[in-house]
Amino acid sequence: MTVMTRDAPEALLREASETINPSPAPGAQSEAKAKTKSLVIIAESGDLEKTWATTILASTAAASGMEVSIFFTFWGFFPLVRPEKRITGQVWMQKMLSLMNRPGIDHLKLSRLNFMGLGPWMMKRLARKHGVASPGELLAMAQAMGVKLLPCQMSMDMLGFTPEDLIDGLEEPVGAATVLEMIASGTPALFI
Amino acid sequence: MTIQIAVTVDARNLSCPMPIVKTAIAIKRLASGQVLEVLATDPGSAKDFAAWSKTTGNEVIESDVQGRVFRFVLRKK
Repeated sequence: MTVMTRDAPEALLREASETINPSPAPGAQSEAKAKTKSLVIIAESGDLEKTWATTILASTAAASGMEVSIFFTFWGFFPLVRPEKRITGQVWMQKMLSLMNRPGIDHLKLSRLNFMGLGPWMMKRLARKHGVASPGELLAMAQAMGVKLLPCQMSMDMLGFTPEDLIDGLEEPVGAATVLEMIASGTPALFI
Repeated sequence: MTIQIAVTVDARNLSCPMPIVKTAIAIKRLASGQVLEVLATDPGSAKDFAAWSKTTGNEVIESDVQGRVFRFVLRKK
């Protein structure tokens, strides 16, 4: 009997990408696709607590064998920026935006009781105490389990993000029509 | 006949959704019919594993609780 201890996130991530997302056998894909349940999450808010909900639902859905996509748009686009990136944008208004609303999934604000960052600090301490993975860890886990991350092209252009600003492993940027096509063909959607 | 447990997932002191996520990753390594054991302290996991079993088809063949530790035995579909 092998005992799986509480391995380091990196080990778990590696295992997730090796096991959850195996390349399907040729020919088996279309049949599997028809049977697989799917979910699309439209991540619009970019708030700490709502990004938590997005990443928890996405990783759990992937763990339940569902085909999951997350569409990141407007405020929700900011978590896709590399956390170490401080200022983004080409023109002063875009630069101001990133200055006032720090991008990166490690720097999200609470929609209530933010208190200049005291709220998120306390929330993260509580999360650690209760064994709750951070949104960043959950997003990485979701990615490793095959969740597709779709950046919104319009948000990217308007808010001034370049591909170099963004985390690795994203899909090509898309627009509303791509998301609506998924919904039209029966995929349930959540707007968070 | 005793059940042969192929792997144990230790999800103690982890909150939602990590017990399910860790189990989903571990069960992928098993062959159909093999059995996995999960240890968890998340009180919500009792209902969550029942729901996950329904979604994925992996069967919960045993579940018990000792103190604050829940134990689930799952058979891979």
